[in-house]
Amino acid sequence: MEPGDATRLDARDSRWYIDKGFEIVMFLCGISAIVFVVGIFLFVFREGLGFILHDMDVGEFFFSPKWRPTSLHHPTYGILAMVAGTAAVTVLAMAICLPFSIGAAIYIAEFATGRTRETLKILIEFLAAIPSVVWGFIALSIMNPLIITLFDVPMGLGVLNSALILALMAAPIVTSIAEDAFKAVPDSYREAAEALGATRWQTIYKVVLPAARNGLLSAGLLGVGRGFGETMAVLMASGHSINLPTSVFDSFRALTATIAAELGETPVGSSHYQSLFAIGIFLFFITFIINMTADFVVRGVRKG
Amino acid sequence: MFGPTLINHKNERIQKRVQFLFGVMLFFLIVPVVLIVGTLLVKGSGIISWSFLFHDPTNGMTEGGIFPALFGTIWLVTVSLLASVPLGVAAAIYLSEYAPDNLLTRLIQLATINLAGVPSIVHALFGVGAFVVFFRFGTSILAASLTLAIMTLPVVIVSSWESLQSVPRSFREACWNMGATRWQTIWHVVLPNAFTGILTGVILQVSRAAGETAPIMFTGAAMFLPFLPSSVFDQTMALALHLFVVTTQVPNVPESLPYGVALVLVGIVLLMNSVAIWIRMRLRRKKKW
Repeated sequence: MEPGDATRLDARDSRWYIDKGFEIVMFLCGISAIVFVVGIFLFVFREGLGFILHDMDVGEFFFSPKWRPTSLHHPTYGILAMVAGTAAVTVLAMAICLPFSIGAAIYIAEFATGRTRETLKILIEFLAAIPSVVWGFIALSIMNPLIITLFDVPMGLGVLNSALILALMAAPIVTSIAEDAFKAVPDSYREAAEALGATRWQTIYKVVLPAARNGLLSAGLLGVGRGFGETMAVLMASGHSINLPTSVFDSFRALTATIAAELGETPVGSSHYQSLFAIGIFLFFITFIINMTADFVVRGVRKG
Repeated sequence: MFGPTLINHKNERIQKRVQFLFGVMLFFLIVPVVLIVGTLLVKGSGIISWSFLFHDPTNGMTEGGIFPALFGTIWLVTVSLLASVPLGVAAAIYLSEYAPDNLLTRLIQLATINLAGVPSIVHALFGVGAFVVFFRFGTSILAASLTLAIMTLPVVIVSSWESLQSVPRSFREACWNMGATRWQTIWHVVLPNAFTGILTGVILQVSRAAGETAPIMFTGAAMFLPFLPSSVFDQTMALALHLFVVTTQVPNVPESLPYGVALVLVGIVLLMNSVAIWIRMRLRRKKKW
């Protein structure tokens, strides 16, 4: 090797610059997700800032059930009824969704094999693919008359209808994350249990479920996040009247649905318009916390 | 000596019952898919015809076809793909091929998870605040498509990242040993091998974008328009919003009309998903590594 060869090999020729250039472009695209999350917060905050600074009374906003933004004399902006409605529906939806989804995930992960498992997963994927506006349509045109006849109530739109729809919408996500959690449990655990004479069910109940605990918790949390954030289906299934629901047949109004129903009718820049963005900021924070917690719970288990 | 005991029999019975129970639970999740598609087919297929798909709605949207909505959805999805696919694939390339294991990479992953978890209506608010108001695009296809693009970005990033990761490291090492630069390796070896997987993700994204309503209803989709959009700065009708409108906003709609719209929408979405699944299965069978 001649002296100087090393410098020649190390030369910054056009290839080097192209390579470096693409690396920079890829990096910029790579951080785009961060830019967008920050951007979403900033732009929603920017539109809602006027309301937060001038019109918002924190106590009223969080603790008053009266949402009357269009009142001429004394507009009130209380989201309590909507938070309560959304929370009630999400809890009920999860109570329906979690047992079924985890049961389905156990069946897919631990019992089904080969072709059956693939087919079942495809069907679950189809369930996930149905758009939320179609779920809303189903709530109105199929579930609504069904609930009216089954329970002999005057209206089938409300907490029960929305919870059933939400449960079905969240089920594929919860199922697939729960299935991942079961798959993440090492086979050696199962082999050890079965070598001790445990049946498949004893293995699942005593070994796999405890080991997958955090993954299941995270699946539940993501389901809750989905419930809080769902818009179109809940808008159409809830009946959309503001009250604190006291029975499962009561109509209620969701935070998301309020934005969807009212944003189109408010002049840009008005207090009402800005208050909708304030609700948006609240929703952003709630889902942010839920998603981060879910991620943290899953990672905790992988490290430990 | 090692024959089954009474306890074994009891355990086996429990085992059988439990398995049956879980099977039933799964069945309850699958039945709705079949029921929904079945009901839409029964009640909606009657109205679907050439003129339903390719004519304008008439008589206050209670009669006629859905062509402007179908056309608008194609516009919205295409423009949103043009924005999100290059960006998302590039982001996945960065995460898979360049990103060191540091705090920034972790933040990118967290941001991607969050972007997927932000409610669709908050994406809509962002679209209004950023694209419609701040960048002055007005309510237009451009604003709606960019909102859709950001919302569906995590789908492309995650699926592209997975398919890039499934290309064995030895492929890259072989290429580097030939003296290729990092980018040459990515362009000539990694991307071609990951192409089908990325394509699957893009098709799933089409399915997702076509069905979204909330992000487009204030950023560019209109309830009714008497003309077709001619540029990205026009408003447009969209299939998903059209279903919402004929279901809740228009009086005296014949029952079969919303079922027909829903059937077309679900048909498009499930067709896309089926294509993606078919490609994925073919890929799995073909793959030799």
